[in-house]
Amino acid sequence: MRLTLREALLSFRRAPLLSALAVTTIAFALFVVGLFGLVALNLRETLSQVAERVEIVAYLARGTPVDVVTVAMGDIQAFPEVEEVTYVTEDQALERARRELTEFQGVFSDLTQNPLPASLEIRLKPGFRDAEHVGAVADRLRGFRFAEDIRYGSDWVEKLDRLRSIAGAVGLVVGIAFGAAAVIIIGTTIRMTVLARNREIQIMRLVGATDGFIRRPFVLDGAVKGALGGLLAIGLDYAAYRAVSGALFAASFFTPAQAVAFVAAGTVLGFLASAASVNRHLPAL
Amino acid sequence: MIRFKKVFKAFPKDSLALKDVTFHLARGEFIFFTGHSGAGKSTVLRLVYADELPTSGSVWVAGMQTSELHRRDIPRLRRRLGIVFQDFRLLEDRTAEENVAFALEVTGTRRGAIGPKVMRVLTQVGLAARAHAYPRELSGGEQQRVAIARALVNDPLVILADEPTGNLDERATRGVFQLLRDINATGTAVMMATHDLDLVRQTDYRTVELKDGAVVYDSGQDQAAAAEGVL
Repeated sequence: MRLTLREALLSFRRAPLLSALAVTTIAFALFVVGLFGLVALNLRETLSQVAERVEIVAYLARGTPVDVVTVAMGDIQAFPEVEEVTYVTEDQALERARRELTEFQGVFSDLTQNPLPASLEIRLKPGFRDAEHVGAVADRLRGFRFAEDIRYGSDWVEKLDRLRSIAGAVGLVVGIAFGAAAVIIIGTTIRMTVLARNREIQIMRLVGATDGFIRRPFVLDGAVKGALGGLLAIGLDYAAYRAVSGALFAASFFTPAQAVAFVAAGTVLGFLASAASVNRHLPAL
Repeated sequence: MIRFKKVFKAFPKDSLALKDVTFHLARGEFIFFTGHSGAGKSTVLRLVYADELPTSGSVWVAGMQTSELHRRDIPRLRRRLGIVFQDFRLLEDRTAEENVAFALEVTGTRRGAIGPKVMRVLTQVGLAARAHAYPRELSGGEQQRVAIARALVNDPLVILADEPTGNLDERATRGVFQLLRDINATGTAVMMATHDLDLVRQTDYRTVELKDGAVVYDSGQDQAAAAEGVL
């Protein structure tokens, strides 16, 4: 094990330029994947923030007794899709209108009677904020006799749905393409470093080193290069995130767990690529 | 100790590299393989260290039949052989000492035992003073001595030398050849492929001549026949 470690580390000292080049190449391949990951992450977050505004409003018939509404609220809260039900009384509705619709300030202040109905505002749980579920909940709400009108902006919800599926499909295809490109680049880079030491492999074979013994330092070397490339890539991604976040708009970055998984992916890729490359130099008999 | 029995070797897209080769190398024997380039000398050696397997026939080395060996047993076989090439095959970024030590390290020798063993063989090949030199700082003859030291350090049963003097001037050739003779004198067998007939004529070692993959002459057989004639 000690020898394996020494041989793997020696490869950095013996061929510093090639090693640095390999780490940099891996870092840039992963950097691009990371950038794409950040874009996808932020897009998803933005879409879910928009989706949070998906809300169903049931306007109540004038004069609906409060106890009827309370019972109904309990029923609605029990729907599997529902996150929260809020009761907005007529007075609250008017107050809100006065505050939010300032351009009609005059109209509201002249009122002698409140024209606004009371309502129930229903927010759905994440995962149910799409046209299909919103429609289903709205239909069920129509079953309540006191519900005079149900509104949820069906057009808007459908557009949001379409945006989400487009983003998902594009993300998947582009993500796979970037991922595949990174795998190929990392595989080729590691193969180059193994090829540079082909002579060493041949000599090891001649003096009676076992396949496992030959493989170990190379595989470790590949994993170390992959890990360093991954770390560098995360650093570059963070720098890019800071630049964008500071100058353009508030974005979010990977969670620590995601960042660790990203570096781990680089390590595993380096490991697998070097294992495959060394095997090419160990002829089957 | 090494026995070839009716060995044929065919390479893809090539005529037969070896045709019906049969010979036996006894423990401690010195044997020359001669013939033109492409006659099959290197192929014979590669079959011995199981870099290739016979297409038909059998190759026995130290009691093991190479074609029956499992892949993981091949390193064990090679540890009992010392292999020397025309182009030395040293690691350029390691000193003479490190090159020799490498052969011990990869075979899992205890760390403490490596240093003394390396110095012993470097002394044997006359390079103890140049232990810390890199291959580029050594002459061709010296590099080949390092390669021979590396081949010797695992106490092999036989040294396989493929044109070991092919890249050397006359003086270095004499020195390296003498070194191989000295090694043989201590009981290690030597199989040496060469097309340098001057070397072959200097001694009365057994000579096997190959032509187009077939054995056309084996002085060992002559001696056996002569012995039979006397009897």
